[in-house]
Amino acid sequence: MNPEAKFISPDATLESVTEQISAIVLTQKSPRSWWLGATIAFALLMLFFFAVAWLLYRGVGIWGINIPIAWGFAIVNFVWWIGIGHAGTFISAILLLLHQQWRTSINRFTEAMTLFAVACAGMFPLLHLGRPFVFYWLVPYPDTMGLWPQFRSPLVWDVFAVSTYFMVSLIFWYAGLMPDLATLRDRASTRRKKILFGIFALGWRGSAAHWQNHQSAYLLLAGLAAPLVLSVHSVVSFDFSVAIVPGWHSTIFPPYFVAGAIYSGFAMVLNIIIPIRKIYRLENLITARHLNNMANVMLATGMMVAYGYIMEAFMAWYSGDIFEQFMMANRAFGPYGWIFWALMLLNVLIPQLLWSKKIRAHRVALFLVAFAINLGMWVERFVIVITSLHRDFTPSAWGMYVPTFWDWATLFGSVGLFLTLLFLFIRCLPMIALSETRKLIVESK
Amino acid sequence: MNAPEKIYGLLAEFSSDKAILAAAENARHAGYRHMDAYTPFPIDGLAEALGRRKSLMPLIVLLAGAAGGLGGYLMEWYANVRSYPLNIAGRPFNSWPAFIPVTFELTILSAALAAILGMLALNRLPELHHPVFNARGFERASTDKFFLCIEARDPKFDLAGTRRFLATLAPEKISEVVR
Repeated sequence: MNPEAKFISPDATLESVTEQISAIVLTQKSPRSWWLGATIAFALLMLFFFAVAWLLYRGVGIWGINIPIAWGFAIVNFVWWIGIGHAGTFISAILLLLHQQWRTSINRFTEAMTLFAVACAGMFPLLHLGRPFVFYWLVPYPDTMGLWPQFRSPLVWDVFAVSTYFMVSLIFWYAGLMPDLATLRDRASTRRKKILFGIFALGWRGSAAHWQNHQSAYLLLAGLAAPLVLSVHSVVSFDFSVAIVPGWHSTIFPPYFVAGAIYSGFAMVLNIIIPIRKIYRLENLITARHLNNMANVMLATGMMVAYGYIMEAFMAWYSGDIFEQFMMANRAFGPYGWIFWALMLLNVLIPQLLWSKKIRAHRVALFLVAFAINLGMWVERFVIVITSLHRDFTPSAWGMYVPTFWDWATLFGSVGLFLTLLFLFIRCLPMIALSETRKLIVESK
Repeated sequence: MNAPEKIYGLLAEFSSDKAILAAAENARHAGYRHMDAYTPFPIDGLAEALGRRKSLMPLIVLLAGAAGGLGGYLMEWYANVRSYPLNIAGRPFNSWPAFIPVTFELTILSAALAAILGMLALNRLPELHHPVFNARGFERASTDKFFLCIEARDPKFDLAGTRRFLATLAPEKISEVVR
């Protein structure tokens, strides 16, 4: 990996890059792989609708949850999706504030990924409510029952954290998208497209006065989103750490959840971007150096996550608390022990391959490592949620959790929802930020 | 103002960010005030070169954030202390540490809403049509061309004189913008 390698190929011009990106939306036919992927994603989406319809009809009893394991796949999937949704805003906001130019060609894409992942995540707590149609009781409003949410509960904090995160990510994404929608409007070949993109561009005309306010707002949004990214998964971790269940009640949870979220977010970005840059021939914009940098971020956050695992085990021993010590032994050698060791393999051992420059430069290997991390992060949440709940304080209250068909159907169905939205995004909107790339081209000349 | 009613202004086309920056500064030195530049990406210093004051965005966002945070805390206090006090594990009714997460989230949410809505309001968007869109070739303003428009409402504007002035800035093209 040559460190001098550019983030953008040197022969790129304003016109060539604009044409390359907007043509994907405006003129090119979708490649066969798009149709194939979109078909699979859509089929999975139908599975999701089917599973949700059955759930609404029958209730949460169709899942494998029971007492003591009242939080099953729904919460595992929720935490997993929310974690995946962290890379987008991390890349857009924190890397913008740190002046990391390499964010430019991947930020739009990852912001979209964030939105879709948070949309998937938001579904699960609602579906898990049992009576999803009264979800609005979580929102504070002066109702006829005279009741209010209980603001000392982390579950209420969660509602605010996740919905704020979704809104702010959407605002940030749209603010960046506006000038690019104007580009599509100006280049549209048919009147219908011109009108449609024109409406969403809100009449953007690139005026210097507009850019001035736009840039100020964009920077402020980045400044607002940066602490928000760190807060969302911290609040999610409070759902666990505020409870007294051994395996949940731990002060290391917030930082360790945030590191894990960024870890899985980057893994998902790589899993999606490696095929896309190949299919749409975006290697000149999403260069080997981008992939290398993302691999480095995964390596760093992966080490933080591994430190979290070690600290959990250490604190269980050091606390002298027999329940904590039992929890740790049970986690590694109990009935779900094999899942714990799968987690160690997927999330700690395999990612160590990223120390090698060869692996970071090898796209297939990098894809596979990222895939292992995505699986590993799902398994991590399974370990936290299920193995902690299944054996708590009193042996008479112990139980086992076996996921049913409907658990799996909602999980894979939500992957279908995510991918369907992603395929539509690739087809309908510019997946690389045009105005920012133009600025990068001019500055690097 | 010395121009036919239907003229919005004169538009000069440039092909680089440096050229438009120099042109904007020259136009300002020549005494023009009502003008705007149109560029495919944000150019640092261009708004200042055109004589724009600093953006009001930071102030708007600060005020909205403060209002959101205070309002959020006040709502929690009203809900859990005044309207429906609940004893949760013996904690005080006004248990402020537990109220911080929601206060924080509402601070960020209202600041972010103010940032996008404030930006649109200051820019008077949405405004789907604008006279500059009538100019031939203006669609390149969102790809690779840079435009300077001196508007007819400028007191110094004079169709022939301003055109001569714009020609001294060495643009690629000068065109009239019709209303």
